[in-house]
Amino acid sequence: MNSAAGHVLFVETPAVRRKLRQEALAKWVFCAMAAAMVVPLLLIVGYLVVRAAPSLNLEFLLEVPKRGMTEGGIWPALIGTIYLVFISLAVSAPIGILAAIYLNEYARDNWFNRVINLAVINLAGVPSIVHALFGLGAFVYAAKFGYSIISASLTLAIMTLPVIIASTREALASVPQSFREACWNVGATRWQTIKSVVLPNSISGILTGVILQVSRAAGETAPVMFTGVVFFKSIERGDLFPYYLNEQCMALSMHLYTISTQVPGVKESIPYATAVVLLALVVMVNAAAISLRVYLRSRQKW
Amino acid sequence: MVNVTASENHIEVRELRLSYGVKEVIHGISFDIRRNEILGVIGPAQSGKTSLLRCLNRTIDFTPDTHVSGTITVDGEDVRRVRNVYALRRKIGMVAPLPVGLPLSIYDNVAFAPRSAGLNRKGELDLMVEQCLRQAALWDEVKDRLDSLGTKLSGGQQQRLTIARALSHQPEILCLDEFSIAIDPVTTMRIEDVLKELRRHMTIILVTNLTQQARRLADRTMFLWKGEIVELDTTNVIFSDKPRDSRTRDYVEGIFG
Ligand SMILES: Nc1ncnc2c1ncn2[C@@H]1O[C@H](COP(=O)(O)OP(=O)(O)OP(=O)(O)O)[C@@H](O)[C@H]1O
Ligand SMILES: [Mg+2]
Repeated sequence: MNSAAGHVLFVETPAVRRKLRQEALAKWVFCAMAAAMVVPLLLIVGYLVVRAAPSLNLEFLLEVPKRGMTEGGIWPALIGTIYLVFISLAVSAPIGILAAIYLNEYARDNWFNRVINLAVINLAGVPSIVHALFGLGAFVYAAKFGYSIISASLTLAIMTLPVIIASTREALASVPQSFREACWNVGATRWQTIKSVVLPNSISGILTGVILQVSRAAGETAPVMFTGVVFFKSIERGDLFPYYLNEQCMALSMHLYTISTQVPGVKESIPYATAVVLLALVVMVNAAAISLRVYLRSRQKW
Repeated sequence: MVNVTASENHIEVRELRLSYGVKEVIHGISFDIRRNEILGVIGPAQSGKTSLLRCLNRTIDFTPDTHVSGTITVDGEDVRRVRNVYALRRKIGMVAPLPVGLPLSIYDNVAFAPRSAGLNRKGELDLMVEQCLRQAALWDEVKDRLDSLGTKLSGGQQQRLTIARALSHQPEILCLDEFSIAIDPVTTMRIEDVLKELRRHMTIILVTNLTQQARRLADRTMFLWKGEIVELDTTNVIFSDKPRDSRTRDYVEGIFG
């Protein structure tokens, strides 16, 4: 090609200028929207932390509520939330992951599996208050667990299960099909294929999906309020094992609701500090999930 | 064609039909493959070559909504009745057109099949891995980094890794589906030499888009077109001036259309 023709390519015609202007505009609009999203977050967090400042210290975490919950700390609620989250995920993660492996790796396209799929999708969309009522009927009354940690945890487990199944399936589906076919071609069974190729390459996505459910389980009020969480429970300060599983417990989300709306004369910074603790818990867990993901992803093999 | 006695046939295909859903893609084909021969399979895209191979090692089972009828026997045994499909698949080495390095080390890529068949002794595995990599003309390039990832190899190296993996379970039949797509001509030639060597104790089905490759290697060549066998004869005849079907000549001369 001669140089004259090459030169013509780079001339800015009006059409080109208009295109460039649109491009710049588009970029700024998108960037502004992304930034606009960060602003409320910073405002919320900043406001909370400032208002909470007088109460934010280790003592607040470890101390029990005092004087009719108007003073003191949040230990019973904090440890209660940890109990609930831990037990619920200990139930829902294994079931969810195994179910997702079945659905993604074994299930054929027949009516039975379509029903399961439909159930998973619909269950994920059920409002938490409905889960709460289900938990009340199923675990508190029918299974006779009573109002207890076990009932509340199982209710949370039911609530998180479909989401764990969905996120695990997504992680499994991201492993290229050609890997599976290569294994099958050399006479490996499905399970050998899953064990040595599929799982090692999807574990980061699977774990992230599970850990993200921690924040959901920690934040929900309705499901636990109906099934096993109480306003107040008197325990020892800093006690790591204060509750039996068949007892009721306190939880952060519920505690926040109680002291903000039900108890008069609470020291002003305490609700804010409780909110900050709940938020920090969630952020910490999410950060852990992200770093785990990055770590596992860096060891991933393709 | 001369009638051959059953014992000489390694694989017999009778009235094989295959459909994906309602679409039939193989329309009742019958042919034999003799022991220790190289059978070239040529034909334009979509003619059902890959599907045919997948019927043979029953990986077609993994595709939902397929329907197979007719019989395929390997050593006189109907593959569709085989209970232990895993043993069947190990008897048939399969090299897919696109190279797939499994996300495992180079060593584990090759040791994967023997291990899943239950072989675990380190010494035997080492020997096996070296032998297979040598046969696939890859050993010299990777012998110092057997621990590095199979997925980090170049496309051509991954293809040879795929071949090594297919040899790792000591198959009696080796199916190569357009194996040279990702490989340069020099390496292709090296592997072709390997194939000539392997045929002394293996039956080889060579699906290829390079008609000249079939001409160089195959004892007999099958021209498959739209799910039907147009012609199956000795390679000399297929590539001569006078194959029985004029479409064969047109295809091998590249004026098909
Ligand atoms: N998984 C599948 N589902 C539905 N149809 C399929 C599937 N695999 C192949 N087919 C169809 O079967 C026909 C034969 O395909 P096949 O892959 O066997 O052809 P091929 O001869 O190997 O072609 P190529 O030379 O392009 O590899 C095609 O029409 C294709 O669309
Ligand atoms: Mg093909």
